[in-house]
Amino acid sequence: MKELSLNVLDVAENGIKAGATLVTVTLLETETGLTLTIGDNGCGMSEEVVQRVIDPFYTTRTTRKVGMGVPLLKLAAEQTSGSFAIASRTAEADPVDHGTTVTATFDKTHLDFTPIGDMVSTMTTLIMGSPHIDFLFLHEAPQREVSLDTRQLREVLGEDVPLDSYEVIKWIEEYLNEQYASSVS
Amino acid sequence: MKSLAELAAIKERMKDKVVLREGTGDIRIVVGMATCGIAAGARPVLNAFVEEINNEGLSGKATVTQTGCIGICQYEPVAEVFEGDKKTTYVKLTPDKAKEIVAKHIKGGQVVGEYTIGGTDI
Repeated sequence: MKELSLNVLDVAENGIKAGATLVTVTLLETETGLTLTIGDNGCGMSEEVVQRVIDPFYTTRTTRKVGMGVPLLKLAAEQTSGSFAIASRTAEADPVDHGTTVTATFDKTHLDFTPIGDMVSTMTTLIMGSPHIDFLFLHEAPQREVSLDTRQLREVLGEDVPLDSYEVIKWIEEYLNEQYASSVS
Repeated sequence: MKSLAELAAIKERMKDKVVLREGTGDIRIVVGMATCGIAAGARPVLNAFVEEINNEGLSGKATVTQTGCIGICQYEPVAEVFEGDKKTTYVKLTPDKAKEIVAKHIKGGQVVGEYTIGGTDI
């Protein structure tokens, strides 16, 4: 992947497919490091599945035998001497508090650090693809804080105006772009 | 700055349009957005379709949706155009090709042969 934002788009889709109603994307930057967290409240995975999911030859799809999304994110983190972890709890184990959280850490100063890229486009693409679920996005860095909570937007918009309406998507895009522009990086 | 009040204004504006959205969209443009598609550049292609459909005022005629892996990863970015029982598969797309497809195929009704899976020299 040319940008980490593309890995985020790809891996966040897994949470959506796991039946999540809320997907959380968090980027926390320091001067030299980045911690990326992608969380969902979907059906979760058993410990055995979590062990296997980082293997590119593991997938729950039946049409093909390869799933590359998670391994590619793991590679992107580990090639900067960062770390990668998945924590998951199945809906069977805990009917209330279940889901999966993927955490990757990066050394931003490392030669092989992939640029974060266009997070705005990733968030609007996710919302367009799954307008019925909610997204919480936070990108914190020194001198910068960008955030979006679609639950707040839904409160204003009500039931009649879907989040994937063109006007709403454009608003979200500009809302995020303005936050990025107004913060000094 | 963008405010939530502005969002409320969008809601007001869209009140009349909501009814119009129901039951429309004879054409479906489906863009492959799995790992293979994303890595090959499907995100800007998807956005180009969405932008162009709206810019050309075709949102009542066509809808743009995302799907997973279509199964021809080497031809990504891929978009399938469904019209009734007819399907056209466009391969190796770019945002510019997407715009051209909207103008010629969605608006003009002419399949852009050179970008289809049968017409591309791969």
